[in-house]
Amino acid sequence: MRAMITAITRRFGPEVPALVGFLAVVVAIFGLAAPRFLSLANFDSMAFQLPELGLLTLAMLVPIISGGLNLAIIYTANIAGLTLAWVLLQFGGAEAGPGAFVLGVAAALLVGAAAGAVMGLVIAHIGAHPILVSLAMMIFLRGLGEFLTRGGDISGFPSYLAPIGHGSVLGLPVPMLIFLVAALVWHVMLTRTRHGFAVYMIGSNIRAAAYSGLHTRRTLTLIYTLSGVLCAVAGILMLTRFNSVRVGHGEALLLITVLACFLGGVDPFGGFGRVLPVVLALVILQVLSSGLNLLGANQHLSTAVWGLFLIGVMILRWVAGKVGQGRKRKDL
Amino acid sequence: MTAAEPAADPAERTATESPALRLAHVSKLFGGVRALDDVAFALGRGEVHCLAGENGCGKSTLIKIVTGVHAPEPGAEIEIFGQPVTSVTPTLARGLGIAVIWQDLALFPEMTVAENIAFDTLVGGRPRGVNYRAMRGLAAGVLDRLGVGLDLDARLNTLPIADRQIVAIARALAGDARLIFMDEPTASLTQSETDSLLAIVRALSARGVAIVFVSHRLAEVLEIASRVTVLRDGRLVGVYPTAGMTQSRLTELMTGRQFSHAVRARDLAAERAVLVLDGLARRGEFEGIGLTIRAGEIVGLTGLIGSGRTELAHAVFGLTRPDAGTIRLDGRALELRSNRDAVAAGIAYVPEDRLALGLIQPQSIADNIVLSVLPGITGGAGLISEPARAGVVGHWLRELAIRIGRPSDPVSTLSGGNQQRVVLAKWLATKPRLLILDSPTVGVDVGAREGIFAIIRDLAAQGLAILLISDEVPEVYFNADRVLHMAGGRLVGEYDPRQITLAELEERIYA
Repeated sequence: MRAMITAITRRFGPEVPALVGFLAVVVAIFGLAAPRFLSLANFDSMAFQLPELGLLTLAMLVPIISGGLNLAIIYTANIAGLTLAWVLLQFGGAEAGPGAFVLGVAAALLVGAAAGAVMGLVIAHIGAHPILVSLAMMIFLRGLGEFLTRGGDISGFPSYLAPIGHGSVLGLPVPMLIFLVAALVWHVMLTRTRHGFAVYMIGSNIRAAAYSGLHTRRTLTLIYTLSGVLCAVAGILMLTRFNSVRVGHGEALLLITVLACFLGGVDPFGGFGRVLPVVLALVILQVLSSGLNLLGANQHLSTAVWGLFLIGVMILRWVAGKVGQGRKRKDL
Repeated sequence: MTAAEPAADPAERTATESPALRLAHVSKLFGGVRALDDVAFALGRGEVHCLAGENGCGKSTLIKIVTGVHAPEPGAEIEIFGQPVTSVTPTLARGLGIAVIWQDLALFPEMTVAENIAFDTLVGGRPRGVNYRAMRGLAAGVLDRLGVGLDLDARLNTLPIADRQIVAIARALAGDARLIFMDEPTASLTQSETDSLLAIVRALSARGVAIVFVSHRLAEVLEIASRVTVLRDGRLVGVYPTAGMTQSRLTELMTGRQFSHAVRARDLAAERAVLVLDGLARRGEFEGIGLTIRAGEIVGLTGLIGSGRTELAHAVFGLTRPDAGTIRLDGRALELRSNRDAVAAGIAYVPEDRLALGLIQPQSIADNIVLSVLPGITGGAGLISEPARAGVVGHWLRELAIRIGRPSDPVSTLSGGNQQRVVLAKWLATKPRLLILDSPTVGVDVGAREGIFAIIRDLAAQGLAILLISDEVPEVYFNADRVLHMAGGRLVGEYDPRQITLAELEERIYA
């Protein structure tokens, strides 16, 4: 047992065993309290709800590891969704063919990448703080989107899009598949590629990274560009799930993505963080929310529980740190 | 203990009626580690006394016991200004006139000079309001006694380190300190700033303030202190008068090892030139720099801080662009747009500030080593190859004899000497033609320094061209084949260590 935990810890990060344990406890409690919780239908509904927040959280994760933040994720997703909607409407709205959809997806990804690239270039070359740069981008995209849509919903899309948001393949919801692929790609990128390596180094000490010959500006630009691309994926998914686009949709998720990152053990000061613990944190948040919902609790209450949960986790980590220190006390 | 003379009881040597401080039989255990083992220490009123020893020898623990941060094991005798004290608390220590100036100074960067100086006396612990006039009066008085003029209203974070050091001393004096511990006070000061600090220390001593001086810079120690107490591995090695003591003798006492000090310069004029600088200049930093470093040659570059040494290194490493002149490596003229170009061309640079620039402290030892050679360990699919990575790390850990727990441990867990080896490993992995070392032994224990230089000499023997930049004239004198002297952004002298004595060389550089 101990050997297995050590192996898991080494491969996926020290947070994983604790998060798995926590997940088991939460599932057990809700399983006992709400009989319907352990039903297939409930798992299915959770699997449809999680990917949207999940993709946005992955988009937030890498900027945080690099010592920054991307506050523009929601509106980047919205604007990308809007781009797809616009292309579809140009080709007849509900009558638009699959070719138009492919074109629209390409345009949406491009817009997401462009929004990210602009932020990345400004952060990398001007040295402005990512919070300020992404805040400015967020305000810009929100204003632009509301101006273009006049604050309303845009809808009327081809019916063949529905399976992307609501269908299943081999029993797995399509949105979940998209999220899992994205998570896998992000995991490999962070742990195995030179770009991922540079992300961690920059997050800990960008000047030392530059002194050692890492191309820090290119890395920063790529971090935000890829974050923008993932936002666009989330935006496309939102369009297919709700069959409409509205600027501001998902606004409440912005800080939840940050919460999920920190729950997953990402260092708020940069340099450390892994994909798997963050995915586990997302599942825990989803379980808490769905479980409370099944018990008939108000939706706002589950948001409150999320907040309490993070505070609890911080206290637990502090206690665990104290215990760990006590064991190897050395104080010269 | 073999090299040490029998250690006399220091308390007996201070014959004056009651010494400022007398400790005997002081031990301290942390878990199972014996940080201090039956140590005695004493200094007279107005004495400047140096506490010397390598990192981890127990110096800090001793200071913390005297100031009440740690309690000693039972059986310790502590006497402060003739008064026996059974248990020291921080308040009691301050009340008896003991103050410590830690290396990080522990001042308030957002507050003014006057507020900082008067803090303990008039500001701290007074909820009812602050008397600004009394505060300024007190601060002005103390600075006046020190004979320095500082703007009382300047915010501390706008002052240079040297001035902050003076504020820290003034703060101790404002609290009527009669015994001041100074922990590495000159670590970040230039030579002239150090000189004025030492002058202040002498003035304080003349007024009867006792000073315990902790410093890695042995030349300074021998200059300022009248006696030196040497600790090694928590034990007292001995107490020695500084008159007649040499740096090499003191090093032997601190490390318990003998070091051979011999000039190692060789004549390499026939070797192929690796680096040739011609007329290199950058406005405001350096000008007219012409130098050649040959294969296998160690060229020492010394001069005071601010002489343009580091700026020159930055330009050769592509971090800044020169305004004029050429850089040639192996006969090829280089146009460096960034340090990545320099690395690709075969230039490696170990920066002076190892903590902030040389290593990425929180990240692992392994990652810090492979940082510079990522393309070389990346496989066809663009993925870093785990075996290749482990291979590079293992090779260099063995090659440089780096003693570590696991390669996945943060590099910050290593000692200064081992950290410097990791920096070297990172650069040697790039197979450089030219290695620039900027003050490679700053913050490295005397004992570990010799190990670093052994590696450097070995690299030179393998044909690497090395530019060794250092403040410490003896370091370049004993290790370099030629010594260049830089001042005011120009090269002003070139010396062959075989044709000049160390004293003459120091004379010319510090003149």
